Amino acid sequence: MNRENINSALLFIGLIFLQIIVLNNINFLGYINPYFYIFFIFLYPIRKDDASILVLSFFLGLCIDIFSDSGGINAAATLFIAFVRIPILQSVIGKRDIDYGAMTIFKIPFPKMFLYVVILTFLHHFIVFGMEYFKWSKFGTILLNTVLTSVFTIILTMISFTFVMRKR
Amino acid sequence: MQQIISFLDKNKLFILFLLLEFFAIIFTIQSHSFHKSKFVNSANFLTGGVYNKINNFKEFLLLKKENERLNNENVYLKNLLGLDSSNIVQRDLTHVDTLKYKQKYIYTGAKVINNNYRKNNNYLTINRGSNQGLESDLAVINDKGIVGITKSVSGNYATVLSILNVNSRINAKLLNSDHYGSLSWDNNDYNVVQLLDLPIQAAIYVGDTIVSGGKSTIFPEGIPIGTIKDFKTLNNNYEFINITLFNDMSSIGFVQVIKNFDKMEIKSLEEKSTNE
Repeated sequence: MNRENINSALLFIGLIFLQIIVLNNINFLGYINPYFYIFFIFLYPIRKDDASILVLSFFLGLCIDIFSDSGGINAAATLFIAFVRIPILQSVIGKRDIDYGAMTIFKIPFPKMFLYVVILTFLHHFIVFGMEYFKWSKFGTILLNTVLTSVFTIILTMISFTFVMRKR
Repeated sequence: MQQIISFLDKNKLFILFLLLEFFAIIFTIQSHSFHKSKFVNSANFLTGGVYNKINNFKEFLLLKKENERLNNENVYLKNLLGLDSSNIVQRDLTHVDTLKYKQKYIYTGAKVINNNYRKNNNYLTINRGSNQGLESDLAVINDKGIVGITKSVSGNYATVLSILNVNSRINAKLLNSDHYGSLSWDNNDYNVVQLLDLPIQAAIYVGDTIVSGGKSTIFPEGIPIGTIKDFKTLNNNYEFINITLFNDMSSIGFVQVIKNFDKMEIKSLEEKSTNE
């Protein structure tokens, strides 16, 4: 167990408890609860051909699902963004710029990092709400919920980034 | 063979992704069917324990409100005692044979330790389970009206399919007549549910009281639900009937779970007559 693994494990458990104890009960404007636990995927080290992030993100989502009785919705969405994060990162910063050995989210210039976070958050929330309603007639509601909740999640993510960055 | 192995090796991440995604979707589909969500639900030892701890803290903050509610219920019950006809009419000496008395329902008190009301499919978690005699498909009410139906049950916890769930259908009727329909929720407002399939012959007015019907074996007849908020007729049918709930579903503290002793008997009788 090196330092990185211990940090990841603490973050994993901490985010689950933060989500179920605090964030699931916010109900901002009546129904907006940020899904901040995907912060785990943003912070997780970026490695080439890494299976651990897939397994971890699946269980992270499943833990949230077990606590909020939502079947496998969060697991499916979290797993999906964990799988597409490297292709998206490649297209955001240009494929040649990735140096897998020393790559962390903090080394990406801010506008590109922001775009990366926005795309992943939006994808995740769209899958969560899409699977929850699962009706074409509710497409407007799904999109509205996705946008409003994404804004909330992205604000929280950016604030947390500044805190984590200052610590390093 | 070599090619298959090298194909698998090249795409192993994608295959792992597909496999896990497949599991996630299976869990999601299972959670939509009423009885199958055995694995992913909040009625297990770990989640129940965590929610219990959180709730102990929340409960402390809500003591004042809960006391007020209990006091109101006490006042209501004391008024009922005052209405007892035996105080007015002189008691006769007829002996009541208590052996012939038959108990149809048993009530179990429980505490809600987790409550959802903002989602599409809402569930509550209560701190009573199979060790206290609970099973799935039991009615859950509180003093103001119905709350839901138990779904998954573990040793000491159970999840409750809230009336605020798009999959929930509860038999309901008008207080002043025997016309009945089924109660559902359209996921717009957590204080408003809809009454479906009410025949047009039933004359309704805004403000009429809706209670649970006796047509199902789950809820006893006459448990309050809410009052009619508005309705619209279309082609000689009720297009929609909105009902304002008596219960504030965002703040449910203590509930009672009702078990019907006659359920098996009614079910087996009904099965027998359909098979004949």
